[in-house]
Amino acid sequence: MRGHLVELAYLVSVIGFALSLKWMTAVATARRGILAGEIAFGIAIIATLINPAITSTGWFLIIIALALGTLIGIPLGLRVPMTAMPERIALSHAFGALAAGLVGIAHYYLTYHSSNKFETAVLGVEIVLGCLVFTGSLMASGKLHEMLPQRPITFQGQNYFNFVVLGVALVLIIVLTFSPTSTWIVPILVVLGLMFGVLLIIPIGGADMPTVIALLNSYAGLSASALGFVLDNKLLIVAGALDGTSGLVLAIIMCRAMNRSFRNVLFGAFGKLDESTAEAGGEVGNVRSASPDEAAELMKMARSVVIVPGYGMAVAQAQHKVRELADALEKEGVDVRYAIHPVAGRMPGHMNVLLAEANVPYDKLLDMDEINSDFPQVDVVLVLGANDVVNPAARHEKSSPIYGMPILNVDQAQTIMVVKRSMRAGFAGIENELFYNPKTLMVFGDAKQVVSELVIEVSGQRDAISL
Amino acid sequence: MTANEIITSLFVFALAGFLGLEIIRKVPKLLHTPLMALTNALSAISLVGSLVILGENQTTYSTILGFVAVVASTINVVGGFLITDKMLRMFRRAPRPAAPAGEEAKP
Repeated sequence: MRGHLVELAYLVSVIGFALSLKWMTAVATARRGILAGEIAFGIAIIATLINPAITSTGWFLIIIALALGTLIGIPLGLRVPMTAMPERIALSHAFGALAAGLVGIAHYYLTYHSSNKFETAVLGVEIVLGCLVFTGSLMASGKLHEMLPQRPITFQGQNYFNFVVLGVALVLIIVLTFSPTSTWIVPILVVLGLMFGVLLIIPIGGADMPTVIALLNSYAGLSASALGFVLDNKLLIVAGALDGTSGLVLAIIMCRAMNRSFRNVLFGAFGKLDESTAEAGGEVGNVRSASPDEAAELMKMARSVVIVPGYGMAVAQAQHKVRELADALEKEGVDVRYAIHPVAGRMPGHMNVLLAEANVPYDKLLDMDEINSDFPQVDVVLVLGANDVVNPAARHEKSSPIYGMPILNVDQAQTIMVVKRSMRAGFAGIENELFYNPKTLMVFGDAKQVVSELVIEVSGQRDAISL
Repeated sequence: MTANEIITSLFVFALAGFLGLEIIRKVPKLLHTPLMALTNALSAISLVGSLVILGENQTTYSTILGFVAVVASTINVVGGFLITDKMLRMFRRAPRPAAPAGEEAKP
């Protein structure tokens, strides 16, 4: 009877989770979605805790663990700045996978003498997946936080070695399936999983992080789902499946936005060193540069300005200054919009949250598909810390690593201004012919510095001071 | 777990997967970061599994693993919901020309 009531409570939770995601499909209802998720979560936890098998020591430990988790969770939810969001999200994948992996291991040692083949096989996969996502996400978080080198690290026979590690893990899972009492196998699976997570992430470069974070999100969900199979818990199966497909959909969107396949992202070591292409693109033309006050004059006279933010804006933390610039331009009667490429930044939607943080209204943030046909009518495009996503080579240069990637057609605008520290190539190490376009003006300097000067020039504060 | 239960679970998994695909495809790119934060909080529902392992307190080994798992999941639940909410509070429309921006007028 109690079991059925708990199952019914879980059913209510499942509906709550589905509604939560459904309401996430529009900004107007998204916060209602959070509430639905929280209520569903609360119901599931209460139903779980009404369990006579929980001992008094157990209760004591549960309360301490919940309190400890809450104490750590609150600053991770409230204190983390939007610029640190990619590494924060990666870190939470690591926590989720750690929890799922540990429960799987504990469950195995509690039940191995009575479990059947299917359970054991799923448990083996679940443990490997949990461990893999744990170290993989930690590595991704470290790379994003720049504690680890962002450049891909590769060695001879890397993919071959990775497949051997994965192959050994699979063979051991099969052995475990047919002899569930071979307890020595599980620690080896744990080590292999942890190893594979590290191996999977070291060849990944910064430009591929959006896809990889989405994939790790998917794996974290799948490990929760696998745990649901093991514990025969439908709530876990559904929640994990929703999380898993969510990560998968995001990863597919990211891959499409770069015109690449999963295989290529995971094993291609993109952005390693494309010296050959860098040299091939050697027909260096003339570069026109402009000072911030010249750039400001052009912008003030424009009717329509489009700002193209990229990872450089996030690094320079220039989003608030960008908003000030837009305000100053709007005061002069200029129409200001933002063009967001799906893979701009280091995670899906990265630029959107940064600009929202700076109080930019979200109806000014336009997707690539929404804005691309408008560029011929745009007077000035301001490219801020973006590079590969505006490189016209993607359209025609067959030898380029980014060939075929959909880009923002900024070269169709009347004037293109590119704010950049130097002429250094972008993250993928590719020369950008946009910089040599006769319509392009390069404004050299730190993104935040340049935008601050633009704000002063546009709003005429400098004149006011000299008066 | 009997064969029947496994089959039922596979049905649930397949249908939930399709439901997820259909819903997530409709989420605008604008909300992709909050979406990741939210799904992360939701998948921390593995907390229900770790609570049982910890609460039943069967062996020292399982209790320690359960304890760490409960802490890790709770961090994700609490942190995940809070951060999603924090992000969503930042998303606002442009003030309509008729109504002057009264809410948070910056000097």
